Amino acid sequence: MEFTYEQVAIFAQQSGLVYFFLIFCFIIAYAVWPKNKEKFDHASRIPFEED
Amino acid sequence: MSLEETGFAVFLGLLSLLCVVLAGKAVDPVFGFHAALGAAASAGGLFLIVRAYIDRAGAVAPQEIDGRPNYNYGPVRFAAVIAMFWGIAGFLAGLYIALELAFPQLNLGLPWTSFGRLRPLHTSAVIFAFGGNVLIATSLYVVQRTCRARLPGVVLPWFVVLGYNMFIVLAATGYLLGVTEGKEYAEPEWYVDLWLTVVWVCYLFLFLGTLWKRKEPHIYVANWFTLAFIVTIAMLHLGNNATIPVSFFGSKSYIYWSGVQDAMVQWWYGHNAVGFFLTAGFLAIMYYFVPKRANRPVYSYRLSIVHFWALIFIYIWAGPHHLHYTALPEWASTLGMTFSIMLWMPSWGGMINGLMTLSGAWDKLRTDPVLRMLVVSVAFYGMSTFEGPLMSIKAVNSLSHYTDWTIGHVHSGALGWVGYVSFGALYCLIPWVFGKKDIYSLKLVDWHFWISTLGIVLYISAMWVSGIMQGLMWRAYTSLGFLQYSFVETVEAMHPYYVIRALGGFLFLCGAIIMAVNLYLTIRRGEPADQQAPNAALAAAE
Repeated sequence: MEFTYEQVAIFAQQSGLVYFFLIFCFIIAYAVWPKNKEKFDHASRIPFEED
Repeated sequence: MSLEETGFAVFLGLLSLLCVVLAGKAVDPVFGFHAALGAAASAGGLFLIVRAYIDRAGAVAPQEIDGRPNYNYGPVRFAAVIAMFWGIAGFLAGLYIALELAFPQLNLGLPWTSFGRLRPLHTSAVIFAFGGNVLIATSLYVVQRTCRARLPGVVLPWFVVLGYNMFIVLAATGYLLGVTEGKEYAEPEWYVDLWLTVVWVCYLFLFLGTLWKRKEPHIYVANWFTLAFIVTIAMLHLGNNATIPVSFFGSKSYIYWSGVQDAMVQWWYGHNAVGFFLTAGFLAIMYYFVPKRANRPVYSYRLSIVHFWALIFIYIWAGPHHLHYTALPEWASTLGMTFSIMLWMPSWGGMINGLMTLSGAWDKLRTDPVLRMLVVSVAFYGMSTFEGPLMSIKAVNSLSHYTDWTIGHVHSGALGWVGYVSFGALYCLIPWVFGKKDIYSLKLVDWHFWISTLGIVLYISAMWVSGIMQGLMWRAYTSLGFLQYSFVETVEAMHPYYVIRALGGFLFLCGAIIMAVNLYLTIRRGEPADQQAPNAALAAAE
Protein backbone atom coordinates (compact mmCIF):
# COMPACT_ATOMS: atom_id res chain seq x y z
CA MET A 1 0.00 0.00 0.00
CA GLU A 2 1.32 3.46 -0.93
CA PHE A 3 1.25 6.29 1.59
CA THR A 4 1.14 9.92 0.52
CA TYR A 5 3.27 12.59 2.17
CA GLU A 6 0.14 14.04 3.82
CA GLN A 7 -0.86 10.70 5.35
CA VAL A 8 2.57 10.15 6.83
CA ALA A 9 2.78 13.75 8.06
CA ILE A 10 -0.66 13.64 9.73
CA PHE A 11 0.12 10.31 11.39
CA ALA A 12 3.48 11.59 12.64
CA GLN A 13 2.06 14.89 13.95
CA GLN A 14 -0.97 13.41 15.71
CA SER A 15 0.76 10.40 17.22
CA GLY A 16 3.68 12.64 18.24
CA LEU A 17 1.28 14.95 20.06
CA VAL A 18 -0.39 12.07 21.89
CA TYR A 19 2.96 10.45 22.72
CA PHE A 20 4.48 13.60 24.19
CA PHE A 21 1.30 14.47 26.08
CA LEU A 22 1.08 11.00 27.63
CA ILE A 23 4.70 10.80 28.77
CA PHE A 24 4.43 14.31 30.18
CA CYS A 25 1.33 13.26 32.17
CA PHE A 26 3.17 10.16 33.33
CA ILE A 27 6.16 12.20 34.56
CA ILE A 28 3.93 14.71 36.38
CA ALA A 29 2.02 11.85 38.02
CA TYR A 30 5.26 10.18 39.08
CA ALA A 31 6.62 13.43 40.49
CA VAL A 32 3.56 14.40 42.53
CA TRP A 33 2.37 10.90 43.55
CA PRO A 34 1.91 11.19 47.34
CA LYS A 35 3.55 7.83 47.99
CA ASN A 36 6.81 9.05 46.42
CA LYS A 37 7.09 12.06 48.72
CA GLU A 38 9.18 10.30 51.34
CA LYS A 39 11.55 8.93 48.71
CA PHE A 40 12.08 12.37 47.16
CA ASP A 41 12.51 14.06 50.54
CA HIS A 42 15.25 11.60 51.34
CA ALA A 43 16.83 12.03 47.91
CA SER A 44 16.99 15.80 48.28
CA ARG A 45 19.07 15.35 51.45
CA ILE A 46 21.64 13.00 49.86
CA PRO A 47 24.31 15.73 49.44
CA PHE A 48 24.15 16.40 53.20
CA GLU A 49 24.39 12.79 54.34
CA GLU A 50 27.86 12.05 53.04
CA ASP A 51 30.83 10.36 54.74
CA MET B 1 49.07 -6.79 37.58
CA SER B 2 45.29 -6.68 37.36
CA LEU B 3 43.43 -7.47 34.15
CA GLU B 4 42.51 -3.78 33.83
CA GLU B 5 46.13 -2.61 34.07
CA THR B 6 47.34 -5.31 31.67
CA GLY B 7 44.59 -4.44 29.21
CA PHE B 8 45.39 -0.74 29.21
CA ALA B 9 49.15 -1.43 29.02
CA VAL B 10 48.73 -3.71 25.99
CA PHE B 11 46.31 -1.28 24.33
CA LEU B 12 48.64 1.70 24.79
CA GLY B 13 51.66 -0.33 23.67
CA LEU B 14 49.94 -1.42 20.45
CA LEU B 15 48.59 2.10 19.90
CA SER B 16 52.08 3.50 20.24
CA LEU B 17 53.39 1.08 17.58
CA LEU B 18 50.44 1.87 15.30
CA CYS B 19 51.15 5.60 15.66
CA VAL B 20 54.80 5.05 14.70
CA VAL B 21 53.68 3.27 11.52
CA LEU B 22 51.12 6.02 10.77
CA ALA B 23 53.77 8.71 11.33
CA GLY B 24 56.11 6.93 8.93
CA LYS B 25 53.51 6.61 6.18
CA ALA B 26 51.82 10.02 6.74
CA VAL B 27 50.86 11.85 3.54
CA ASP B 28 50.61 15.30 5.14
CA PRO B 29 52.85 16.90 7.78
CA VAL B 30 50.13 17.61 10.39
CA PHE B 31 49.01 13.98 10.36
CA GLY B 32 52.65 12.94 10.77
CA PHE B 33 53.06 15.37 13.67
CA HIS B 34 49.87 14.14 15.38
CA ALA B 35 50.84 10.49 14.88
CA ALA B 36 54.24 11.19 16.46
CA LEU B 37 52.51 12.99 19.34
CA GLY B 38 50.18 10.00 19.73
CA ALA B 39 53.11 7.56 19.74
CA ALA B 40 54.91 9.58 22.45
CA ALA B 41 51.75 10.00 24.58
CA SER B 42 50.79 6.30 24.37
CA ALA B 43 54.34 5.26 25.28
CA GLY B 44 54.19 7.78 28.16
CA GLY B 45 50.90 6.28 29.33
CA LEU B 46 52.39 2.79 29.22
CA PHE B 47 55.36 4.02 31.27
CA LEU B 48 53.04 5.58 33.88
CA ILE B 49 51.04 2.35 34.26
CA VAL B 50 54.18 0.24 34.75
CA ARG B 51 55.77 2.76 37.13
CA ALA B 52 52.59 3.05 39.23
CA TYR B 53 52.44 -0.76 39.40
CA ILE B 54 56.05 -1.01 40.61
CA ASP B 55 55.61 1.85 43.10
CA ARG B 56 52.57 0.41 44.80
CA ALA B 57 54.28 -3.00 45.11
CA GLY B 58 51.12 -5.07 44.85
CA ALA B 59 49.09 -2.94 47.27
CA VAL B 60 45.56 -1.95 46.15
CA ALA B 61 43.85 1.24 47.37
CA PRO B 62 41.12 0.15 49.83
CA GLN B 63 37.47 0.78 48.94
CA GLU B 64 36.78 1.99 52.48
CA ILE B 65 38.83 3.33 55.40
CA ASP B 66 37.25 3.08 58.89
CA GLY B 67 33.86 2.38 57.30
CA ARG B 68 33.97 5.55 55.19
CA PRO B 69 34.42 5.40 51.42
CA ASN B 70 38.00 6.03 50.29
CA TYR B 71 37.19 8.49 47.51
CA ASN B 72 39.55 8.77 44.56
CA TYR B 73 40.33 12.48 44.24
CA GLY B 74 43.56 12.31 42.17
CA PRO B 75 41.90 12.55 38.72
CA VAL B 76 39.42 15.13 40.08
CA ARG B 77 42.31 17.35 41.26
CA PHE B 78 44.07 17.06 37.92
CA ALA B 79 40.95 17.92 35.89
CA ALA B 80 40.06 20.85 38.19
CA VAL B 81 43.53 22.40 37.96
CA ILE B 82 43.93 21.88 34.21
CA ALA B 83 40.45 23.34 33.67
CA MET B 84 41.68 26.63 35.14
CA PHE B 85 44.73 26.55 32.86
CA TRP B 86 42.63 25.92 29.73
CA GLY B 87 40.16 28.55 30.88
CA ILE B 88 42.82 31.28 30.97
CA ALA B 89 44.16 30.11 27.58
CA GLY B 90 40.66 30.11 26.06
CA PHE B 91 39.70 33.54 27.46
CA LEU B 92 43.01 34.95 26.21
CA ALA B 93 42.37 33.54 22.72
CA GLY B 94 38.89 35.08 22.85
CA LEU B 95 40.28 38.47 23.83
CA TYR B 96 42.82 38.30 21.04
CA ILE B 97 40.27 37.52 18.32
CA ALA B 98 37.95 40.23 19.71
CA LEU B 99 40.85 42.66 19.24
CA GLU B 100 41.48 41.25 15.75
CA LEU B 101 37.90 42.13 14.80
CA ALA B 102 38.38 45.69 16.08
CA PHE B 103 41.95 46.04 14.73
CA PRO B 104 42.43 43.61 11.81
CA GLN B 105 46.19 44.28 11.58
CA LEU B 106 46.52 41.99 14.61
CA ASN B 107 46.12 38.90 12.45
CA LEU B 108 49.78 39.64 11.61
CA GLY B 109 49.32 38.41 8.05
CA LEU B 110 50.18 34.87 9.20
CA PRO B 111 47.95 31.83 8.60
CA TRP B 112 48.41 30.53 12.17
CA THR B 113 47.16 33.75 13.78
CA SER B 114 44.31 34.43 11.36
CA PHE B 115 40.78 34.80 12.79
CA GLY B 116 39.56 31.68 10.99
CA ARG B 117 42.04 29.47 12.84
CA LEU B 118 42.04 31.20 16.22
CA ARG B 119 38.25 31.33 16.49
CA PRO B 120 37.74 27.53 16.72
CA LEU B 121 40.74 27.47 19.06
CA HIS B 122 38.88 29.90 21.33
CA THR B 123 35.51 28.12 21.20
CA SER B 124 36.98 24.66 21.71
CA ALA B 125 39.30 25.87 24.47
CA VAL B 126 36.49 27.43 26.49
CA ILE B 127 33.76 24.84 25.78
CA PHE B 128 35.60 21.54 25.56
CA ALA B 129 38.88 22.22 27.37
CA PHE B 130 37.67 24.49 30.21
CA GLY B 131 34.03 23.37 30.35
CA GLY B 132 34.82 19.72 29.64
CA ASN B 133 37.43 19.45 32.38
CA VAL B 134 35.13 21.22 34.85
CA LEU B 135 32.40 18.72 33.96
CA ILE B 136 34.72 15.73 34.32
CA ALA B 137 36.11 17.01 37.64
CA THR B 138 32.72 17.84 39.17
CA SER B 139 30.91 14.76 37.81
CA LEU B 140 33.56 12.37 39.14
CA TYR B 141 33.47 14.12 42.52
CA VAL B 142 29.67 14.30 42.76
CA VAL B 143 29.04 10.73 41.62
CA GLN B 144 31.45 9.36 44.24
CA ARG B 145 30.06 11.47 47.07
CA THR B 146 26.36 10.98 46.31
CA CYS B 147 26.79 7.23 45.70
CA ARG B 148 29.19 6.87 48.63
CA ALA B 149 31.43 4.70 46.43
CA ARG B 150 34.99 4.96 45.12
CA LEU B 151 35.53 5.25 41.35
CA PRO B 152 36.09 1.78 39.90
CA GLY B 153 39.46 0.86 38.46
CA VAL B 154 43.04 1.99 38.91
CA VAL B 155 43.94 3.12 35.38
CA LEU B 156 40.45 3.89 34.06
CA PRO B 157 39.85 7.24 35.86
CA TRP B 158 43.29 8.50 34.83
CA PHE B 159 42.84 7.24 31.28
CA VAL B 160 39.62 9.26 30.99
CA VAL B 161 41.13 12.48 32.37
CA LEU B 162 44.49 12.31 30.55
CA GLY B 163 42.96 10.88 27.36
CA TYR B 164 40.43 13.71 27.23
CA ASN B 165 43.18 16.30 27.57
CA MET B 166 45.15 14.54 24.84
CA PHE B 167 42.08 15.02 22.62
CA ILE B 168 42.19 18.75 23.44
CA VAL B 169 45.88 18.99 22.50
CA LEU B 170 45.34 17.16 19.17
CA ALA B 171 42.28 19.27 18.30
CA ALA B 172 43.87 22.61 19.24
CA THR B 173 47.18 22.07 17.45
CA GLY B 174 45.24 20.82 14.42
CA TYR B 175 43.20 24.05 14.20
CA LEU B 176 46.31 26.22 14.36
CA LEU B 177 47.98 24.15 11.63
CA GLY B 178 44.87 24.30 9.42
CA VAL B 179 43.42 20.82 9.95
CA THR B 180 39.65 21.11 10.44
CA GLU B 181 36.34 19.65 9.30
CA GLY B 182 35.02 23.21 9.24
CA LYS B 183 31.86 22.34 11.22
CA GLU B 184 31.13 24.59 14.16
CA TYR B 185 31.98 22.93 17.53
CA ALA B 186 32.78 19.71 15.60
CA GLU B 187 36.00 20.84 13.94
CA PRO B 188 38.35 17.95 14.88
CA GLU B 189 39.27 15.62 12.03
CA TRP B 190 38.38 11.92 11.80
CA TYR B 191 41.30 10.44 13.77
CA VAL B 192 40.84 12.92 16.64
CA ASP B 193 37.11 12.05 16.63
CA LEU B 194 37.97 8.34 16.88
CA TRP B 195 40.23 9.00 19.85
CA LEU B 196 37.51 11.03 21.60
CA THR B 197 35.07 8.16 21.02
CA VAL B 198 37.40 5.74 22.83
CA VAL B 199 37.87 8.16 25.75
CA TRP B 200 34.16 8.99 25.95
CA VAL B 201 33.07 5.34 26.09
CA CYS B 202 35.57 4.86 28.95
CA TYR B 203 34.05 7.91 30.69
CA LEU B 204 30.58 6.36 30.34
CA PHE B 205 31.83 3.06 31.81
CA LEU B 206 33.59 4.88 34.64
CA PHE B 207 30.42 6.78 35.52
CA LEU B 208 28.11 3.77 35.19
CA GLY B 209 30.60 1.66 37.16
CA THR B 210 30.42 4.10 40.07
CA LEU B 211 26.61 4.13 39.95
CA TRP B 212 26.68 0.32 39.90
CA LYS B 213 28.78 0.26 43.12
CA ARG B 214 26.61 2.78 44.95
CA LYS B 215 25.72 2.35 48.64
CA GLU B 216 22.93 4.94 48.43
CA PRO B 217 19.93 3.31 46.75
CA HIS B 218 18.55 6.50 45.17
CA ILE B 219 20.50 8.09 42.30
CA TYR B 220 20.71 11.81 43.08
CA VAL B 221 19.30 14.14 40.39
CA ALA B 222 22.71 15.67 39.57
CA ASN B 223 23.84 12.23 38.40
CA TRP B 224 20.87 11.91 36.05
CA PHE B 225 21.83 15.15 34.36
CA THR B 226 25.45 13.98 34.06
CA LEU B 227 24.39 10.64 32.62
CA ALA B 228 22.12 12.37 30.08
CA PHE B 229 25.06 14.60 29.16
CA ILE B 230 27.47 11.69 28.64
CA VAL B 231 25.04 9.48 26.68
CA THR B 232 23.70 12.25 24.44
CA ILE B 233 27.14 13.68 23.65
CA ALA B 234 28.22 10.18 22.59
CA MET B 235 25.19 9.91 20.29
CA LEU B 236 25.70 13.40 18.81
CA HIS B 237 29.42 12.89 18.30
CA LEU B 238 28.89 9.61 16.42
CA GLY B 239 26.00 11.01 14.38
CA ASN B 240 27.71 14.17 13.23
CA ASN B 241 31.09 12.59 12.48
CA ALA B 242 30.15 9.88 9.96
CA THR B 243 33.16 10.90 7.90
CA ILE B 244 35.24 8.92 5.43
CA PRO B 245 38.96 9.72 5.37
CA VAL B 246 40.52 10.44 1.98
CA SER B 247 43.48 8.35 3.10
CA PHE B 248 44.09 6.39 6.31
CA PHE B 249 47.49 8.10 6.40
CA GLY B 250 46.20 11.66 6.00
CA SER B 251 44.15 14.12 8.00
CA LYS B 252 41.42 15.05 5.49
CA SER B 253 37.97 13.42 5.56
CA TYR B 254 34.50 14.06 4.13
CA ILE B 255 31.07 13.50 5.66
CA TYR B 256 29.04 10.59 4.29
CA TRP B 257 25.99 12.74 3.44
CA SER B 258 26.01 16.18 1.88
CA GLY B 259 24.07 19.42 1.31
CA VAL B 260 21.09 20.22 3.50
CA GLN B 261 21.22 16.80 5.19
CA ASP B 262 24.72 17.61 6.40
CA ALA B 263 23.57 21.04 7.56
CA MET B 264 20.63 19.53 9.46
CA VAL B 265 22.74 16.86 11.17
CA GLN B 266 25.36 19.51 12.00
CA TRP B 267 22.80 21.73 13.74
CA TRP B 268 21.07 18.80 15.39
CA TYR B 269 24.55 18.23 16.82
CA GLY B 270 25.33 21.91 17.36
CA HIS B 271 22.22 22.82 19.27
CA ASN B 272 22.31 19.69 21.39
CA ALA B 273 25.93 20.39 22.22
CA VAL B 274 24.46 23.53 23.81
CA GLY B 275 21.57 21.55 25.30
CA PHE B 276 23.43 18.59 26.71
CA PHE B 277 27.03 19.75 27.13
CA LEU B 278 26.52 23.38 28.17
CA THR B 279 23.12 22.88 29.84
CA ALA B 280 22.50 19.36 31.16
CA GLY B 281 26.12 18.93 32.27
CA PHE B 282 26.22 22.25 34.10
CA LEU B 283 22.73 21.75 35.57
CA ALA B 284 24.26 18.72 37.28
CA ILE B 285 26.70 21.19 38.87
CA MET B 286 23.81 23.46 39.88
CA TYR B 287 21.85 20.65 41.53
CA TYR B 288 24.81 19.66 43.69
CA PHE B 289 26.85 22.78 44.36
CA VAL B 290 24.05 25.33 44.97
CA PRO B 291 22.39 23.22 47.70
CA LYS B 292 25.79 22.31 49.12
CA ARG B 293 27.05 25.87 49.32
CA ALA B 294 23.73 27.26 50.59
CA ASN B 295 23.55 24.33 53.01
CA ARG B 296 19.91 23.71 52.12
CA PRO B 297 18.34 20.91 50.05
CA VAL B 298 17.14 21.78 46.57
CA TYR B 299 13.87 23.79 46.62
CA SER B 300 11.72 21.06 45.04
CA TYR B 301 13.00 17.62 44.21
CA ARG B 302 9.75 16.94 42.35
CA LEU B 303 10.31 19.93 40.12
CA SER B 304 13.83 18.64 39.40
CA ILE B 305 12.32 15.41 38.06
CA VAL B 306 9.91 17.27 35.78
CA HIS B 307 12.77 19.62 34.81
CA PHE B 308 14.98 16.70 33.84
CA TRP B 309 12.53 14.76 31.69
CA ALA B 310 11.06 17.82 30.00
CA LEU B 311 14.53 19.12 29.15
CA ILE B 312 15.67 15.77 27.75
CA PHE B 313 12.57 15.21 25.61
CA ILE B 314 12.30 18.74 24.22
CA TYR B 315 15.89 19.89 23.63
CA ILE B 316 16.72 17.22 21.08
CA TRP B 317 14.22 18.68 18.56
CA ALA B 318 15.29 22.33 18.67
CA GLY B 319 18.25 22.20 16.21
CA PRO B 320 16.47 23.28 12.98
CA HIS B 321 16.03 26.84 14.33
CA HIS B 322 19.65 27.40 13.23
CA LEU B 323 18.54 26.94 9.60
CA HIS B 324 15.52 29.24 9.16
CA TYR B 325 15.04 30.50 5.58
CA THR B 326 17.52 28.03 4.08
CA ALA B 327 17.14 24.94 1.85
CA LEU B 328 15.71 23.11 4.88
CA PRO B 329 12.00 22.22 4.43
CA GLU B 330 9.78 24.71 6.20
CA TRP B 331 8.03 22.10 8.37
CA ALA B 332 11.40 21.14 9.89
CA SER B 333 12.17 24.77 10.56
CA THR B 334 8.74 25.28 12.22
CA LEU B 335 9.22 22.13 14.27
CA GLY B 336 12.56 23.45 15.57
CA MET B 337 11.00 26.80 16.42
CA THR B 338 8.03 25.23 18.25
CA PHE B 339 10.19 22.97 20.38
CA SER B 340 12.53 25.88 21.14
CA ILE B 341 9.61 27.88 22.52
CA MET B 342 8.47 24.90 24.59
CA LEU B 343 11.94 24.92 26.14
CA TRP B 344 10.94 28.00 28.12
CA MET B 345 9.06 25.62 30.41
CA PRO B 346 11.90 23.35 31.62
CA SER B 347 14.44 26.19 31.52
CA TRP B 348 12.46 28.40 33.81
CA GLY B 349 11.44 25.45 35.97
CA GLY B 350 15.12 24.74 36.49
CA MET B 351 15.99 28.36 37.13
CA ILE B 352 13.24 28.73 39.73
CA ASN B 353 14.38 25.52 41.39
CA GLY B 354 17.96 26.80 41.61
CA LEU B 355 17.08 30.28 42.83
CA MET B 356 14.40 29.21 45.33
CA THR B 357 16.89 26.82 46.95
CA LEU B 358 18.07 30.00 48.67
CA SER B 359 14.66 30.87 50.11
CA GLY B 360 15.22 31.58 53.77
CA ALA B 361 18.95 32.00 53.21
CA TRP B 362 19.07 35.05 50.95
CA ASP B 363 21.32 36.85 53.44
CA LYS B 364 24.13 34.49 52.43
CA LEU B 365 24.34 36.33 49.11
CA ARG B 366 25.71 39.33 50.97
CA THR B 367 28.40 37.44 52.86
CA ASP B 368 29.40 34.61 50.52
CA PRO B 369 30.69 35.71 47.09
CA VAL B 370 30.99 32.07 45.94
CA LEU B 371 27.28 31.50 46.51
CA ARG B 372 26.57 34.84 44.84
CA MET B 373 28.48 33.66 41.77
CA LEU B 374 26.46 30.43 41.66
CA VAL B 375 23.16 32.28 42.04
CA VAL B 376 24.01 34.90 39.42
CA SER B 377 24.90 32.04 37.06
CA VAL B 378 21.39 30.64 37.52
CA ALA B 379 19.94 34.11 36.83
CA PHE B 380 21.99 34.28 33.61
CA TYR B 381 20.72 30.79 32.76
CA GLY B 382 17.17 32.10 33.04
CA MET B 383 17.98 35.19 30.98
CA SER B 384 19.78 33.47 28.12
CA THR B 385 17.23 30.64 27.93
CA PHE B 386 14.52 33.28 27.68
CA GLU B 387 16.40 35.03 24.89
CA GLY B 388 17.20 31.82 22.96
CA PRO B 389 13.61 30.72 22.22
CA LEU B 390 12.77 34.34 21.41
CA MET B 391 15.52 34.37 18.78
CA SER B 392 14.33 31.05 17.36
CA ILE B 393 11.01 32.64 16.32
CA LYS B 394 11.27 33.09 12.55
CA ALA B 395 10.31 36.78 12.53
CA VAL B 396 12.92 37.60 15.21
CA ASN B 397 15.45 35.30 13.59
CA SER B 398 15.17 37.13 10.28
CA LEU B 399 16.58 40.16 12.09
CA SER B 400 18.98 38.48 14.51
CA HIS B 401 20.50 35.68 12.41
CA TYR B 402 24.07 36.18 11.12
CA THR B 403 24.44 39.29 13.31
CA ASP B 404 26.33 40.01 16.53
CA TRP B 405 23.10 39.53 18.48
CA THR B 406 23.78 35.79 18.24
CA ILE B 407 27.29 36.33 19.61
CA GLY B 408 25.87 38.39 22.48
CA HIS B 409 23.29 35.69 23.24
CA VAL B 410 25.89 32.92 23.23
CA HIS B 411 28.14 34.87 25.57
CA SER B 412 25.41 35.73 28.05
CA GLY B 413 24.96 31.97 28.33
CA ALA B 414 28.65 31.08 28.12
CA LEU B 415 30.17 33.76 30.35
CA GLY B 416 27.19 34.29 32.66
CA TRP B 417 25.78 30.79 33.07
CA VAL B 418 28.49 28.25 32.16
CA GLY B 419 31.39 30.46 33.26
CA TYR B 420 29.95 31.50 36.61
CA VAL B 421 28.57 28.11 37.57
CA SER B 422 32.00 26.62 36.75
CA PHE B 423 33.82 29.29 38.75
CA GLY B 424 31.47 28.76 41.70
CA ALA B 425 31.95 24.99 41.50
CA LEU B 426 35.76 25.27 41.32
CA TYR B 427 35.81 27.66 44.30
CA CYS B 428 33.99 24.93 46.27
CA LEU B 429 35.71 21.90 44.75
CA ILE B 430 39.38 22.93 44.98
CA PRO B 431 39.33 23.34 48.80
CA TRP B 432 37.36 20.09 49.19
CA VAL B 433 39.63 17.87 47.12
CA PHE B 434 42.87 19.42 48.38
CA GLY B 435 41.76 19.05 52.01
CA LYS B 436 41.46 22.77 52.76
CA LYS B 437 38.95 24.52 54.98
CA ASP B 438 37.84 27.10 52.42
CA ILE B 439 39.14 29.23 49.60
CA TYR B 440 42.31 31.25 50.43
CA SER B 441 40.67 34.66 50.12
CA LEU B 442 36.96 35.42 49.86
CA LYS B 443 37.91 39.06 49.29
CA LEU B 444 39.60 38.06 46.02
CA VAL B 445 36.48 36.10 45.02
CA ASP B 446 34.53 39.32 45.56
CA TRP B 447 36.92 41.19 43.26
CA HIS B 448 36.66 38.43 40.68
CA PHE B 449 32.87 38.56 40.83
CA TRP B 450 32.52 42.31 40.31
CA ILE B 451 35.25 42.68 37.66
CA SER B 452 33.87 39.76 35.63
CA THR B 453 30.28 40.92 36.00
CA LEU B 454 31.21 44.35 34.68
CA GLY B 455 32.99 42.60 31.80
CA ILE B 456 29.93 40.48 30.95
CA VAL B 457 27.61 43.49 31.03
CA LEU B 458 29.90 45.44 28.68
CA TYR B 459 30.23 42.42 26.40
CA ILE B 460 26.59 41.50 25.98
CA SER B 461 25.17 45.01 25.84
CA ALA B 462 27.73 45.98 23.16
CA MET B 463 26.77 42.92 21.13
CA TRP B 464 23.03 43.56 21.49
CA VAL B 465 23.37 47.09 20.20
CA SER B 466 25.83 46.13 17.49
CA GLY B 467 23.81 43.11 16.36
CA ILE B 468 20.43 44.82 16.16
CA MET B 469 22.02 47.81 14.42
CA GLN B 470 23.74 45.49 11.95
CA GLY B 471 20.48 43.62 11.23
CA LEU B 472 18.53 46.83 10.74
CA MET B 473 21.22 48.32 8.46
CA TRP B 474 21.21 45.19 6.27
CA ARG B 475 17.48 45.44 5.67
CA ALA B 476 17.25 49.25 5.19
CA TYR B 477 16.07 50.36 1.75
CA THR B 478 16.05 53.82 0.17
CA SER B 479 12.85 55.34 -1.30
CA LEU B 480 14.02 54.09 -4.71
CA GLY B 481 14.25 50.49 -3.49
CA PHE B 482 18.04 50.26 -3.31
CA LEU B 483 19.86 48.90 -0.26
CA GLN B 484 20.70 51.94 1.86
CA TYR B 485 24.05 50.71 3.23
CA SER B 486 26.94 48.84 1.68
CA PHE B 487 28.32 45.95 3.74
CA VAL B 488 31.48 47.84 4.66
CA GLU B 489 29.41 50.69 6.11
CA THR B 490 27.86 48.23 8.58
CA VAL B 491 31.33 47.01 9.52
CA GLU B 492 32.52 50.56 10.11
CA ALA B 493 29.47 51.30 12.28
CA MET B 494 30.24 48.28 14.47
CA HIS B 495 33.83 49.29 15.26
CA PRO B 496 33.13 51.09 18.58
CA TYR B 497 31.08 48.14 19.84
CA TYR B 498 33.90 45.75 18.94
CA VAL B 499 36.24 47.83 21.09
CA ILE B 500 33.75 47.78 24.00
CA ARG B 501 33.35 44.03 23.59
CA ALA B 502 37.13 43.54 23.72
CA LEU B 503 37.22 45.62 26.91
CA GLY B 504 34.50 43.40 28.40
CA GLY B 505 36.52 40.31 27.46
CA PHE B 506 39.63 41.86 29.01
CA LEU B 507 37.80 42.39 32.33
CA PHE B 508 36.49 38.82 32.25
CA LEU B 509 40.06 37.55 31.69
CA CYS B 510 41.34 39.73 34.57
CA GLY B 511 38.74 38.15 36.86
CA ALA B 512 39.83 34.66 35.80
CA ILE B 513 43.49 35.49 36.49
CA ILE B 514 42.56 36.68 39.99
CA MET B 515 40.72 33.38 40.42
CA ALA B 516 43.72 31.33 39.26
CA VAL B 517 45.97 33.13 41.78
CA ASN B 518 43.40 32.56 44.52
CA LEU B 519 43.13 28.85 43.69
CA TYR B 520 46.92 28.52 43.60
CA LEU B 521 47.20 30.16 47.03
CA THR B 522 44.42 27.89 48.33
CA ILE B 523 46.32 24.79 47.24
CA ARG B 524 49.71 26.02 48.51
CA ARG B 525 48.82 28.01 51.60
CA GLY B 526 45.17 27.27 52.40
CA GLU B 527 44.25 26.44 55.98
CA PRO B 528 43.92 22.63 56.27
CA ALA B 529 40.43 21.29 56.87
CA ASP B 530 39.98 20.04 60.44
CA GLN B 531 38.41 16.76 59.29
CA GLN B 532 41.70 14.89 59.57
CA ALA B 533 40.39 12.67 62.38
CA PRO B 534 37.26 10.93 61.06
CA ASN B 535 35.78 10.54 64.55
CA ALA B 536 35.85 14.27 65.17
CA ALA B 537 33.92 14.83 61.95
CA LEU B 538 31.31 12.26 62.96
CA ALA B 539 30.83 13.92 66.34
CA ALA B 540 30.50 17.34 64.73
CA ALA B 541 27.80 16.26 62.29
CA GLU B 542 24.35 17.74 62.93
